[in-house]
Amino acid sequence: MSKIHVTTTVNGDETEFLCDPRETLLDVLRDRLNLTGAKEGCGTGDCGACSVTIDGRLVCSCLVLGAEAEGKEIATVEGIADGDTLHPLQRKFIEHAALQCGICTPGILVAAKSLLEKNPDPTETEVRYWLAGNLCRCTGYDKIIRAVMDAATEMREAS
Amino acid sequence: MALDDRKSDFTFVGTRPDRPDGLDKVTGRAKFGADAVAPGMLFGAIVRSPHAHARIVKIDTSKAEAMKGVKAVVTRADFATGLTGEFWNVQENVMAGDTALYDGHAVAAVAATSALDARDAAKLIEIEYEVLPHVTDVDKAMAEGAPVIREGAADGSVPEGMHPNVVRYHESGHGDVEKGFAEADLVIEDSFKTEATHQGYIEPHACLASLGADGKGELWCTTQGHWYAQKHCAALLGIETSQLRVTASEIGGGFGGKTTVFIEPVALALSRKANRPVKLVMSRSEVLRATGPTSSTSMDVKIGMKKDGTITAAQGVFRLQGGAFPGAPMEFTAMCAFAPYALENVHQVGYDVIANRPKQAAYRAPGSPMAAFAVESVIDLLCQELGLDPVEVRLKNASKKGTKASYGPRFDDIGLVECLEAARDHPHYSAPLEQGQGRGISCGFWFNHGGETSVSLALSEDGTVQVSVGTPDIGGSRASMALMASETLGIPYENIRVTIADTATLGYNDVSHGSRVTYASGLATIKAAQAAIAEMCKRAAAKWGIPEDAVKWEDGCAVPSGPNAGDFEPLAMADITADMGATGGPISGHFEATPEGAGVSFGVHIVDAQVDPETGKTSIPRYTVIQDAGKAVHPAYVEGQFQGGAAQGIGWALNEEYIYGEDGRLQNAVFLDYRIPVASDLPMIDTVIVEVPNPGHPYGVRGVGETGIVPPLAAIANAVSRAAGVRMHELPMSPPRILAALKADG
Amino acid sequence: MNYHSPASFAEASALAVNADGVTRFLAGGTDVLVQLRADIVTPDTLIDIKKIDGVSDITQNDDGSWTLGVAVTGAEMTEHASLSQDWPGVVEAMDLVGSTQVQGRATLTGNLCNGSPAADSVPAMVAAGVTVTVTGADGSREVAVEDIPTGPGRTSLAKGELVSAVNIPARGANAGDAYLRFIPRTEMDIAVVGVAVSLRLDGDTVADARVSLGAVAPTVLLVQECADAINGSTLDDAALEALAAAASAACNPITDKRGTVEFRTDVAGVLAKRAAKIAYARAKGETVKGDHA
Repeated sequence: MSKIHVTTTVNGDETEFLCDPRETLLDVLRDRLNLTGAKEGCGTGDCGACSVTIDGRLVCSCLVLGAEAEGKEIATVEGIADGDTLHPLQRKFIEHAALQCGICTPGILVAAKSLLEKNPDPTETEVRYWLAGNLCRCTGYDKIIRAVMDAATEMREAS
Repeated sequence: MALDDRKSDFTFVGTRPDRPDGLDKVTGRAKFGADAVAPGMLFGAIVRSPHAHARIVKIDTSKAEAMKGVKAVVTRADFATGLTGEFWNVQENVMAGDTALYDGHAVAAVAATSALDARDAAKLIEIEYEVLPHVTDVDKAMAEGAPVIREGAADGSVPEGMHPNVVRYHESGHGDVEKGFAEADLVIEDSFKTEATHQGYIEPHACLASLGADGKGELWCTTQGHWYAQKHCAALLGIETSQLRVTASEIGGGFGGKTTVFIEPVALALSRKANRPVKLVMSRSEVLRATGPTSSTSMDVKIGMKKDGTITAAQGVFRLQGGAFPGAPMEFTAMCAFAPYALENVHQVGYDVIANRPKQAAYRAPGSPMAAFAVESVIDLLCQELGLDPVEVRLKNASKKGTKASYGPRFDDIGLVECLEAARDHPHYSAPLEQGQGRGISCGFWFNHGGETSVSLALSEDGTVQVSVGTPDIGGSRASMALMASETLGIPYENIRVTIADTATLGYNDVSHGSRVTYASGLATIKAAQAAIAEMCKRAAAKWGIPEDAVKWEDGCAVPSGPNAGDFEPLAMADITADMGATGGPISGHFEATPEGAGVSFGVHIVDAQVDPETGKTSIPRYTVIQDAGKAVHPAYVEGQFQGGAAQGIGWALNEEYIYGEDGRLQNAVFLDYRIPVASDLPMIDTVIVEVPNPGHPYGVRGVGETGIVPPLAAIANAVSRAAGVRMHELPMSPPRILAALKADG
Repeated sequence: MNYHSPASFAEASALAVNADGVTRFLAGGTDVLVQLRADIVTPDTLIDIKKIDGVSDITQNDDGSWTLGVAVTGAEMTEHASLSQDWPGVVEAMDLVGSTQVQGRATLTGNLCNGSPAADSVPAMVAAGVTVTVTGADGSREVAVEDIPTGPGRTSLAKGELVSAVNIPARGANAGDAYLRFIPRTEMDIAVVGVAVSLRLDGDTVADARVSLGAVAPTVLLVQECADAINGSTLDDAALEALAAAASAACNPITDKRGTVEFRTDVAGVLAKRAAKIAYARAKGETVKGDHA
């Protein structure tokens, strides 16, 4: 079976890869581009651990084919920090102990960043519904919600 | 030096520093089970039985082996033979022998040059089955005429005349329950059922294995216990334990479910056959079909109470279905059931029942949440009937220091009364309820555990410290180890690096389970640090020319004491380590033992439930967790354990369940239909940390990981039952079940 | 599996006509990729229709009706203020499908063509009187949404046919719609019961009601008896009870892992009443929040 040649941009870097038509964007990121920050928790779009953005739109990378990345701008958890400066969400997650095992954390950070870009002042309920597709089994979400709200406050005050 | 004195004022312990692995985990750098690669790596896939119970007549691997890119196919024939006991159980679960025992049971596996090729090749393995009758329900599996899962599986504890699917039996208690019931003003006996749930860790099982023809191997895997994995993989593969080096990856949740092996021996077998490294990663559906759910249960509880709330007698029968192998934790269920209460007359019985389901695995306080559901529901019924306050009744009967526990021993210092008083005094308990809401409370108990523990602590020349522990960090334990080390040594938290050592670089460690890590690895870290301090004091004494016992350790410095006090300037740790090579050699401390003083833990939960009477849907507007932590080393992660336990309990109580069809196949093997709570389902979860120090730990620490899942099932059932006006006897309390109960009640 | 990304619907249709084996069209992919991953359906030919011009456009026509491209995502619909103003029930129904992440990909067309009787957007489209343009080898035709699904996982589309546009009628004055579904959690579940109501008011009196039920029969139902129960009424208690009874009576559900026959039948009536009240209030010009926060 012939592979598909794809040219795309990942975290600002132009990237090329070959993929099987059946490979998902998540497979490509992890297995071909060695960007293992996005995790596979379910493979069916139910857990959000593989969250990335495509042209700024939050998606599950397990529900996107690698071939569909052609010409797109992909952003993953590896691109959230600015060099050695963590994004406020990253700092607040550490500060609030908003992660226990950390497996859902990359997806939640990508999703939360996408929320705050769209809605800088979300209510607790808005945060909870926006993140409803990001399963966390460890925390009961309490500290995650607090970290997102606190990061939003800090980002609003800084802007 | 009085190193063993119990400490009560702390500098570092009890603070909330950033966790040492925080940066890796917020940047995507942390390497979890599926994130490792090796040169020449192959990808594995497993073929699983679609039948609940079937004899394997024939396995034809020829088409798969002929496929391009396929490098190895394995079946049970590629594993060691002659195993017995738990090794045999684990092997049989990892790869079926003559018979597939449940839907999802592994039957064969393949390794190929890509993951897609491996999946395609797995479809080419042809297996002929002879389908056998099956049973998945606990009561049906015990009933006359039920299909026998395996003859001879029962041990000697089972009374005569039981069905062969009853494989173990437990009985305990004290006093005379019949006499106690006769003294009661009201006796209530009721029956309860709970469905199996899954631990639901977000990271599927994953490993990377390499095993050569020389019997030497390397295994990278996501596990709660890499020594356990080492021992079991070696046995299942027929190699020497020490020749297999196992490294624990970062672990994406376990909750008990990663305390055993599933795919690791299979990956090793594939690697040995292919002579190349093999990566094997489960899909979510494989996780749900083939890894450790809890037991399902059927329970009868009878409690007698006087009008003043005194419990006169309590009795319970607990039947646990644990899949196709012995091991359902029915003795824990029985022993935990009445542990919160000081009872003169108590009797409990447990049955371990096998059925055509995956082998149960531990899940957070295994067996205890179900017991609490049944027992605390009956107590709530008694409170309702007698018009008594649920907290006051529990306070009246609460176990305390010196109480003879329902399971035998006498309790040392415990914090149940303190938890109940905190519940009574918490604003949540007296807050008004809205229309359609009910409030429930429940106590919960867990033993906690010590276990075999090795820790090594090495000092660097610059006075910093590396601590090697053998218990995988599931929820911030690097931070608590570093806090305890810095507290003991008197040096900053940041000067300590905690590493999870592999099996080749540290002595044996029991699994990260039983809420044992902060207790046992913490104790071991403190003891190892104390050993290093003793050596540093010795070096200082030599330098000063005074006796060793005339040197004490204070705030990170060796200080002359007694008659020599003030004679010399204190020597800071870095001053001692700077020339340690010349003063006697490298300094390190280590600890190897099996601590026995884990200290039991109690908790009390308060929950409000709102039930929609037209649809039976429940929401949880308010939740409070109160639990005795002994001493909270890093309070934020203690709160996180409390909140996580409550959230998992909410899922178990309301929506999570294993749903088997008539055909014995699991109907809901995806997160879409195995419904764990999502962010919008839950309220903020309030926490109260009670600290009644554990006498068995230098800093008073008790494990906190497990008790938090014990009270929720009952607390929510009590809240729902009060909100709906109808008593719920079965979990989950899904909307169809609540609506049906409301309609039956008229 | 062969992957194609044609530039026109005619080309897409031709690819499908000439393909052997199983063909699937890829719009949002939130069902196709799940089925692929779970080994339920591995298409021999996968035709990605997102590179066709205009498939992401939301257009309001001169007569007030709307034309939506087949790749318009749920998120794009929710973000469209005037579409949400006109057809809150349709937009909210689509918004209920899956997570925020799924909303970034999922489409009305995919939700319809997947053929699930529990698809959230389909009852809302049926109640709203939505049609789809179907393009095949012989040109295009317009088909009512309720005529597309023929059973679980099956549609009336012939080989080589695909949906090329979604047509939502003009809302008109004094009208409102609503969709409610029952799920055990607050998010992420498949509907156990779904009910959509669209209606117009003559003064305080309901007219032209359309009521559609999801997840209670092999296909989404358009139930005339439900409409009859409230047409001509002011949605008084008697009319609501008649509506609930008609909704429950129309149910022909199954018991499965998501719900029982009894539960679905009961809750269909409950949700019909609740959805009708919201649609009525909206027709009165009130702003009423739907199922979502």
